[in-house]
Amino acid sequence: MIVIDKLTKSFPHKDKQGKQTEKLAVDGLSLAVRPGEVFGLLGPNGAGKTTTIRMLTMQLKPTAGCIAYGGRDIYSPGEAQRVKNRIGVVPQHVNFDQDLTVGENMELHARLHHMERAERQARIAELLNYVELTDVINDNVRRLSGGMKRRLLIARALIHKPQILFMDEPTVALDPQVRRRIWDLVRGLARDGVTVFLTTHYIEEAENLCQRVAILNKGKLSALDTPANFKEQLGKFTVEWDGENGREYRFFGEKEAAAEFAGKQEAAGGILIRPTNLEDVFIELTGHKGGL
Amino acid sequence: MQMLYDTWTVFWRDWVVLKRRLTKFILARMVAPMLYLVAFGWGLGRSINVGSGSYLDFLVPGILALNSMNISFNSITPVHAERIYHKSLEEYILAPIKPASYVLGKVLAAVLRSLISSAIILILAYAFGAHIMLSPLMLLVLILNAVIFAEVGFFAAMKISTYEEMSQVNTYILLPMSFLCGTFFTTQALPGVLRLVIEALPLTHTSMLLRSLAGGGGAEWLSLSVLAFYALAGFYLSHRAFAKLAA
Repeated sequence: MIVIDKLTKSFPHKDKQGKQTEKLAVDGLSLAVRPGEVFGLLGPNGAGKTTTIRMLTMQLKPTAGCIAYGGRDIYSPGEAQRVKNRIGVVPQHVNFDQDLTVGENMELHARLHHMERAERQARIAELLNYVELTDVINDNVRRLSGGMKRRLLIARALIHKPQILFMDEPTVALDPQVRRRIWDLVRGLARDGVTVFLTTHYIEEAENLCQRVAILNKGKLSALDTPANFKEQLGKFTVEWDGENGREYRFFGEKEAAAEFAGKQEAAGGILIRPTNLEDVFIELTGHKGGL
Repeated sequence: MQMLYDTWTVFWRDWVVLKRRLTKFILARMVAPMLYLVAFGWGLGRSINVGSGSYLDFLVPGILALNSMNISFNSITPVHAERIYHKSLEEYILAPIKPASYVLGKVLAAVLRSLISSAIILILAYAFGAHIMLSPLMLLVLILNAVIFAEVGFFAAMKISTYEEMSQVNTYILLPMSFLCGTFFTTQALPGVLRLVIEALPLTHTSMLLRSLAGGGGAEWLSLSVLAFYALAGFYLSHRAFAKLAA
């Protein structure tokens, strides 16, 4: 169980007058993630998603608040090694050692996590097979395509069998086919009991993968629920049309009510009735247009 | 025991890379010493009187000192790119290892490169006809010198945020030391205050120790202590800088 309590992070910042102040990147975030859950942290750019992940993975010390895995504060003395053995991290950016091959990058990670030679060789072979990269084991990582690098990042993060996997924008800038392959990988991990905590600004990704979603806006938690409940609360049906100020949206609990409203908007162009999606929820809560 | 294993892992990474480029590394390391030996040893050196012995014999310990400094410093500066540009340093920050293991592993890898380079210079120096006495103490001095400047490079890599500033360390710190710290001429030729400053720097003590040992003399304990002090202080600062990155 991941428990985040009043997590806060501020950075030094110069205001418009050039005076030194503090800027809040994450502001009193509290939430809990269940074991084996795929949990999504959604938010527009600059919402504080990456800062949150960096604090959760011990790369950035919180200004205030507490993070606990299995009931133990990860920043209490002597916890670092235990925590680092339990977590895997797939960063937003590709951070391989550029001088090493695919296999050597995997081996370095395994050695840093104190795996015995036979165990690490078997695990590297198993994972490269899992992400279909066995053929490039001796290639320098620089030669891989963007999709291959993303899959390798996931494989590397899994070598030491982490109980919690943090994924920061795991499919950013990937084509739809590769994105869907990565989604399949994440679903497979969840089936194996790994807790997955992912951040994304692709609404479709959160909707497809996550059992629960937290929406972060300007460092604060705007809402937390399942994608289905979010849509239910907003209204399962959406009517959209070309209004005076661009595309306009109204949400309805029943299809009949949506159809009746649409019928009254005959003069409007591009009228459409469709099921509400998580993007509608996201825009309503953050005022930002997310997605691709 | 765990710390030793982790130090070996960090060293192993650099060894894998070095092994792959060993021939290129050795060839590249031969260029600068060859030029120094030809220009200052054979060319200019014939008209320089340094008392007993040839200028070449005087020069080789200085070249060893400055080369050891440059190689160990430059061997570790890629850590800067790993931190700022490639972000591959995160792999170590996220790993369950102690910061000291990372610093030690990196420093030892730089020391290895520096020693390989020193061996090349000694071979070339003998080929040029220099008279150098080898001893275990000489090896110790070379190791201490490499440790110190690897730590300087490591600390700079942790603290400096741009590539341009990183190269300025070379320009403002290493380059003046290369010429002034008793490498090409004795520090006794320097004016009073400058001499005091220069004689407080580690490279001066390395040059003096190597010159004395290469000529069959003994080692000044004060100089050895100064080098040991710089090595320990450098480790403390490097360790602290890296530990700060890992929250």
